[in-house]
Amino acid sequence: MSAGADGVELRRAELAEAWRDPPGLWGFLVTVDHKRLAARYIVTTMFLLFLAGLLAMDMRIQLSAPGLHRMGPQLYNESFSLHGSTMLFLVSVPVMEAMALWLVPLMLGQRNMAFPRLAAFSYWLYLGGALMLWVPHALDITPDLGWFEYPPLSGPGYAPGHRVDIWAQMITFTEVAALAASVNIIATILKLRPPGMTLARMPLFLWAMLIASLMTIFALPAIMLTTSMLIADRLVATHFFSPSGGGDVLLFQHLYWFFGHPEVYIIFIPAVGFVSSIVETFSRRPIFGYPAMVLSVLAIGVLAFGLWVHHMFAVGLPRLGNDFYTAASMTIALPAGVQIFCWIATIFSGRPRMATPLLWVVGFLVTFVIGGMSGIMTASAPLDLQLTDTYFVVAHFHYVLVGGAIFPLLGAFCYWYPKATGRLMSERLGVLAFALIVGGFNIGFFPMHVLGLWGMPRRVYTYPAEMGWGPLNMLATIGSTIAVIGGLVFVANALWSYWRGERAGADPWGGHTLEWLCPSPPPSYNFDSTPTVRSITPLWEPELLAYDGIATTKRELLVTSVMEAEPIYRQNSVGPSIWPLVAAVAVSILFVGSIFTPWALVWGALPIAITLSLWFWPTRERAKTGPLRKR
Amino acid sequence: MGGTGSMRRGAALVPVMLLVGACSGVQSPLAPAGEQAADQLWLFQLMLWVCGILYLLVVGFLGLALVRVFRNTSRLAEPELAPADRTLDRSLLVWASIIIAGLTLLAGASFVVDRALAAAQAREALRVRVTAHQWWWRIAYRDPASGRWVETANELHLPAGRTARIELASADVIHSFWVPNVAGKMDVIPGRANAIDVTPHRLGWFRGQCAEFCGVQHAKMAFDVKVDTPAEFAAWLATQARSAAAPADPVAARGFQIVTQGQCAMCHVVRGTAAAGRPGPDLTHIASRRSIAAGILSMNRGNLQGWIAQPQALKPGTMMPAVTLEPGDADAVAHYLEQLK
Repeated sequence: MSAGADGVELRRAELAEAWRDPPGLWGFLVTVDHKRLAARYIVTTMFLLFLAGLLAMDMRIQLSAPGLHRMGPQLYNESFSLHGSTMLFLVSVPVMEAMALWLVPLMLGQRNMAFPRLAAFSYWLYLGGALMLWVPHALDITPDLGWFEYPPLSGPGYAPGHRVDIWAQMITFTEVAALAASVNIIATILKLRPPGMTLARMPLFLWAMLIASLMTIFALPAIMLTTSMLIADRLVATHFFSPSGGGDVLLFQHLYWFFGHPEVYIIFIPAVGFVSSIVETFSRRPIFGYPAMVLSVLAIGVLAFGLWVHHMFAVGLPRLGNDFYTAASMTIALPAGVQIFCWIATIFSGRPRMATPLLWVVGFLVTFVIGGMSGIMTASAPLDLQLTDTYFVVAHFHYVLVGGAIFPLLGAFCYWYPKATGRLMSERLGVLAFALIVGGFNIGFFPMHVLGLWGMPRRVYTYPAEMGWGPLNMLATIGSTIAVIGGLVFVANALWSYWRGERAGADPWGGHTLEWLCPSPPPSYNFDSTPTVRSITPLWEPELLAYDGIATTKRELLVTSVMEAEPIYRQNSVGPSIWPLVAAVAVSILFVGSIFTPWALVWGALPIAITLSLWFWPTRERAKTGPLRKR
Repeated sequence: MGGTGSMRRGAALVPVMLLVGACSGVQSPLAPAGEQAADQLWLFQLMLWVCGILYLLVVGFLGLALVRVFRNTSRLAEPELAPADRTLDRSLLVWASIIIAGLTLLAGASFVVDRALAAAQAREALRVRVTAHQWWWRIAYRDPASGRWVETANELHLPAGRTARIELASADVIHSFWVPNVAGKMDVIPGRANAIDVTPHRLGWFRGQCAEFCGVQHAKMAFDVKVDTPAEFAAWLATQARSAAAPADPVAARGFQIVTQGQCAMCHVVRGTAAAGRPGPDLTHIASRRSIAAGILSMNRGNLQGWIAQPQALKPGTMMPAVTLEPGDADAVAHYLEQLK
């Protein structure tokens, strides 16, 4: 860019005009700006996290002493079902995709995702899934069989009504949304990298999202298949899962956990990306063992598909097979252990400085590793026969999911908050929230290991006083309450800082990835020009060159090659459109209708076909020259 | 399990002793009363040691790193672009080797214990049939005298020192059979013939509970377990094999009439009488049991009356319907049932 200050101003004005959204509500509905879409995705997941947290508190109060009658069994069963389904399907996975939707183009120095309208469609359909679960809850049609609803209990014989259908179809919603997001993330990471950002120079967060998205594409079809089979069993009397009709109830469990286990890593691997970004920035050095880190994430991604049976050690499969899955499950500890070493080694050998994001990394390490250790225990087939379906497992998966994914997420929130809002969060409130959440969580959930070893099964709404489980349950309730108070402090900090926080500037932490190059908050077009990259730490290089030649007066992106990120061509990027929203509504009508009648699949397909045609209606003029004109 | 017996003694019990703490111990894998549970506890102790040491290594290294964090007072140090990592590279290899060694040990130990659990299968065993229902347990033994199957409910008796093969069937949905003091759990799955071999060795009362969510009253699907001496067990089984005692007094006779000719007989069996309904638990020797309603109420006259009159209040969702009886009749029914020792 040779032009002076006036040239830069002109350029920015042109870009702002080209990437502008229509004003007002219409702009809200039609926008394809990845930052706006990601922001509403994140706000929706956080709101649902809050609701799921309220459910958890409700259950903790019920369990705080033996024999309480605050909740009856039905209400309790609905509560844990709604809590688990919301956390797994509507919070943990979508929030990671939402973070990626916001971060990936910024980290790539790009102006938008590869498929902007698909991103909008993904959000609207996800919102449909959230409504699919929570609107029926308001109408008292709440799923009540847990976050995995095993047949025959969930089959037509034992679960009349529509509670199960609502659960099963909510999954279809969220999984179509997740697949749309994953395809988009993969295409963006592989084809929209800035010139010079070869695969070997990608920030670890991008590696993590690439692998998590690939896993999503391989894992999610299994769950959509199995819930669709369940709906078919219930709606049109197929017999996939009914033993009397020649079906097999274990088929459901195999298909479910073939998705369910990779899902845990689909949640965890993006957290690996968050932690790596934070550790690098605050240690003032590139990550120690970059190749080892990439290979570890890849290894986890592959191994995750070979150990689903460790959820089924008690179903009576052949013992030797179980032992194979024991070994495979334990193997995960190797790449995970390597990652943990690399993070600590990076802090150890850098010039580290403390701030709340790094504090969250410390909380993550101390907590998550306990979850990893209890994971090794539950991975052992003979020992798992004692541990599975007890509070030991409840403790284990909360340590892994809260410690391993939510803590890094909160750290990532603090870390990128100044980029998104232009203001820093309060450090003092941040430390307070950290202490309450991490402390309260550990006080609340560590005793659950012991409760499991004292024989308390999971999913019980009450227990007799003679069992001696009362005091530790009370402790668990107290700890959870502390953590919830910490959560409120965190939210208060985020709200207060939004208006009153210290101004951040473009790069408050001195990070090295490209998102710190653009202003905070980023304008609609993100970057004045496409940066080029010559190392793994571009912003720590003495100078950064821009790649010129991308249009400023219309929406255009630079497409580069998959391996070496060499510029290939310029690509038009689509503008705002209402059709993703309309298509999501049409798809929702089909999904909702198909729990009532199979004909919804037939008639519901028509509006989808119409809206998709309009979505993809060509806007370019037909070529004036070329074979078509030469009659 | 000969091989691990000596190792079992080798692993120190200290951490587990601390864990046992305030728990009642009648439903805990930490207080084994069976060979299988003892093997599993040995494995747990080994895991606790290995994982505990690995955890301390991680936290120690993190502590060292944090010392540097808090020593650093500069706000934003210049980034170091090409740090020399040779020592750390070597340490990573050492760390990976430690993990591999630990995992190999644990996977190997896990395999050995799994073989030990499987070994019980080869022994000549007492056969016990357990059928899980929403939300209670039907239990049946072969009577050695007559060769017939003898049914009871919600109370499992096992002779000490002898392996029992528990054959599991489900009458409805998936449940899981779990007596943690004796052995691990095994799911009870419709359409599958699962079995679990258990070898109890410590006498006493224990408790089992359904461990797979099975519907609205999953929480109240427990059962009592009694490990007897072989002689006690034989005597108990002989008693269970007998038909119900005849009513001993006029009040009991009134109760007998209501139970065998009224609503109760639709679902319950009292052997030797006209009551032959199959859906619910066998009542022939109900008064010999320690608890009623699947381990949730202790067996006494008051609880019997309460359970008959208000089952939905005590166990909401139970299949047992409320039975409306005149006060005198209710008393007679409870009085009669109380005599069914």
